[in-house]
Amino acid sequence: MTLLTAVLAAIITTIIWYQKDSRNEMKTGTLSLIYWGASLMWLTDAVFAYIQLQADYFNPSPADMLNDLFLGISAVVFGLLLWLILMLLKDPKGIIRQALENIQN
Amino acid sequence: MACFLVPAGEAVATTIITKLVKSKEEKERSASDSINVAIDTQIKIPFSHKLKWLNNMLWGGSALLAFEHIWHGEVVPWFPFLTAAENPIARSEMLQEMSTVGVAMALLVSAVWVGITTASNVIEKRPQQAVKVKAHRGRNQ
Repeated sequence: MTLLTAVLAAIITTIIWYQKDSRNEMKTGTLSLIYWGASLMWLTDAVFAYIQLQADYFNPSPADMLNDLFLGISAVVFGLLLWLILMLLKDPKGIIRQALENIQN
Repeated sequence: MACFLVPAGEAVATTIITKLVKSKEEKERSASDSINVAIDTQIKIPFSHKLKWLNNMLWGGSALLAFEHIWHGEVVPWFPFLTAAENPIARSEMLQEMSTVGVAMALLVSAVWVGITTASNVIEKRPQQAVKVKAHRGRNQ
């Protein structure tokens, strides 16, 4: 479920980047790369888990699935937080700089 | 256990390489500006920019996996920071996981980046006019 959540987030952010932010002004390209990186790493983890557990890998208990889903959503939110911090620090549209100048004036 | 440390280590190395490549590109650009070279109309993405894609995937992926490890109690805020490093048996298991899963993670991310870079090189070589005509046709359909 964690892998699925991350892949879903990666696909959605890639579509948003392609349609609305191809110049990466809002850094959605960076966000999609963060999610793709995590998805690839969790995919590797899943392959190794499948090698160990075989068919049992696809029969998780409902409690495990719920916990993994909760973890996946939390990881996606954590990724959004990283993106938000990065965007505010880089300030690609100069909004924070302008706001600070307004305060000074 | 600590598989994310391998891609995180690779991220450190690629970030340093990116900085070196970027400073080299800036030097080359300033040199070419001074001798007034004709402007190349073809789209050319600097290699340092492509390396940033790899950095973002490695740093982002490692950060999210570190979050997962904190969630599972495998990373703690006190020394030695990894619960698996506290006893020799768990430590050897951790090292084995890093050498298998961790290395595989780093290799997969790097392989995907090579694929993205190759695709971007192909797109860069396409004549710009053809791209514009295709886009115009698409809009009219």
